[in-house]
Amino acid sequence: MSKRIYITGIGMISAIGNNVPEILTSLEASKTGIGEITLFPTLHRGSLPMAEVKLSATQLLNLAGQNGSQQFTRTTLLGMVAAKEALKSAGIDAVDTWKTGLISATSVGGMDRTEHFYKEFLEDQSKGRLRDVINHDCGDSTERIAIELGINKLISTISTACSSSANTIIFGANLIRSGKAERVIAGGTDSVTKFTLNGFNTLMILDKRGCHPFDEHRAGLTLGEGAAYVVLESEEIVMKKGKQPLAELTGYGNANDAYHQTASSPDGTGPFLAMTKALKMSNLTPAEIDYINVHGTGTENNDLSEGIALERIFDPVPLFSSTKTYTGHTLGAAGAVEAVISILSIQNGMIFPNLQFSTPMKELNIRPVTEVLTGQNIRHVLSNSFGFGGNNSTLIISKPTYSS
Amino acid sequence: MSVFINGIGLISPQQTADPALFLPDVMEYTADYLQVINPNYKEFINPIAARRMSRLIKMGITSAKIALADAGCQMPDAIITGTGLGSVEDTEKILTEMNAGEQLMNPTPFIQSTYNTISSQIAITLKCHNYNSTYVHRTFSFESALQDALMQFEEKVAANVLVGGIDEMTWNHLQITRRAGHWKTDPVNNLKLLSYHTPGAFAGEGAAYFLLGNERCLSTYSTLRDVKTIYNREKATHVEDAVKTFLSANELDVNQLDAVILGYNGDSRYDGLYDQLGSGIFRQTQQVWYKHLCGEYYTSTGFALWLGANILKHQLVPAAVRFNNLNPDRLQHILIYNQYQNINHSLFLISR
Repeated sequence: MSKRIYITGIGMISAIGNNVPEILTSLEASKTGIGEITLFPTLHRGSLPMAEVKLSATQLLNLAGQNGSQQFTRTTLLGMVAAKEALKSAGIDAVDTWKTGLISATSVGGMDRTEHFYKEFLEDQSKGRLRDVINHDCGDSTERIAIELGINKLISTISTACSSSANTIIFGANLIRSGKAERVIAGGTDSVTKFTLNGFNTLMILDKRGCHPFDEHRAGLTLGEGAAYVVLESEEIVMKKGKQPLAELTGYGNANDAYHQTASSPDGTGPFLAMTKALKMSNLTPAEIDYINVHGTGTENNDLSEGIALERIFDPVPLFSSTKTYTGHTLGAAGAVEAVISILSIQNGMIFPNLQFSTPMKELNIRPVTEVLTGQNIRHVLSNSFGFGGNNSTLIISKPTYSS
Repeated sequence: MSVFINGIGLISPQQTADPALFLPDVMEYTADYLQVINPNYKEFINPIAARRMSRLIKMGITSAKIALADAGCQMPDAIITGTGLGSVEDTEKILTEMNAGEQLMNPTPFIQSTYNTISSQIAITLKCHNYNSTYVHRTFSFESALQDALMQFEEKVAANVLVGGIDEMTWNHLQITRRAGHWKTDPVNNLKLLSYHTPGAFAGEGAAYFLLGNERCLSTYSTLRDVKTIYNREKATHVEDAVKTFLSANELDVNQLDAVILGYNGDSRYDGLYDQLGSGIFRQTQQVWYKHLCGEYYTSTGFALWLGANILKHQLVPAAVRFNNLNPDRLQHILIYNQYQNINHSLFLISR
């Protein structure tokens, strides 16, 4: 039961870079990926910003090492790129040596192509290209990524809205603790779609100026796309390989706000419980957390609820920032995207700022980090991911104490 | 440590919503797909809240409440759902509205189309702040949810876990997946499903929630011992090996199985795998089938687990589900084996 879970590889693609080194460069330079919508025609182009991966369908296909003969969704291709980078970063070439699983998250699956299909299908039920719709379900992206990585032992897909990929890391860690797997590639992938854009727009929670998390004048979130994966390995593998891990997953907590389908509770119950569970599991006191990568979507509701929960647990609240100001809100990928950024903070002793911040919220006594901080000794990072339906999850990622 | 199935709520095309009954009559249909028999949702959900809910959400909350009441449990320590497609009806509504122009769209279908809505609506209804998750992987959705549930017990963070599998079919979705070759092209008589010998399965839907507990109680059906998934195109001999490995990991061998529930779905391209096992490793085992009663859907193993648990509780294999007639003299251990298009395979082991 006391088995340690190490993170030995990371991979990521997002609006601020196609791989981890590019992403680190953008983070260090405070360079956001939020911009104009270019990927699909929509009424909202020009009025709502988005954080797109700056690659066309063909460029993305090439980057994923595919030849175009198979029909991959954008969600699948983003996932392939990041998952392959994660494996490479962990120095794994044959996944068969250990009992390896892939647990992937997505909130839209193949919707980017389904919406094309539906246009024609609605006019005539015999119309619409089937190849645009057969990859619609969430499991499809996971299976295609698994085939690409050569994984067939243990695969599954999680969808808990914006906390999806934090939950893949939790499930993956539990699989290793229970001995059902020795290594799990966990993370998530989501592409931007017209469906998601319009869906969030009906809720009137998209900020026309790009998100301003934890700012008094915040007006909503900004959608982004991307994928990120971490390689979780058992203590046994790490010891046998004698390779220095990147980080240790020391705690995690999953709780439900049980308040409202889309709104967070005014007292931050769900966030409070998720963070408290994670701290308890890690045996850390709140004072030992050096940095918090907040969920910080920039919606009025989330930031208030999360902020109140932070003030209930921490005194004082440690350095914190929402890196969604760089990547946009990558939904099903967000938990893993922010886990990777948290690891980059630990590795580089840096805290990446909450861009677009000017005025503190009047209900709270806290303000985020607004400039790149260097030379920090970051031992423990707490990363929050909260979703619709009150699905709240917290991860605690620590500097590894193991050294080879 | 044992995990017990202490309560079940099943909404299906059969009369299963009352947990006191075990297949008293079998419903016969001739249809393009099997639809669930909707219970009176108003008995389970506040009518004001129910008015905005799509059918799948109502099915989920209702079957969850039936399972909880059956087990006499008020507040589970975790709520975990498996759903292959979530609310298809809501997803279609958004796509239709969006196609008509991206203005004045209704937010409710978007909110409900999110896959985790069922688990979270159950949490909101119960005011349950505990662990909550949703698995969305084709025919592994319910299996993963159960694996997660079993680990909650192993980690000793839960004494009671509510876990379910739920999926719906709509006419539009049937048309699309029919074109993609999943289903038979004409209406089917469900009780004669295996007489067609044509490609394509027979579609269905259902919602099954289970209250798992770490203690045996008056309402206990059976134990849930293990669940395993295999992702690969497999030859029958490989599946046989996987069955043996799975059983031996649970200190059993095939001869000790009293019944096996098989996922025959009428698709002539893939049912042969069950035939091979039936005349191979399971030739001396009572074979049971179920998809003529509920149809094929991503979380149909929820129906299979209901069936297996009830067979053990009632010590009876109803005639309608018997695939062969060996009349076992005891019913102690049951294996469930399901596969979809010989790529997603799953195994469950339950014992009395």
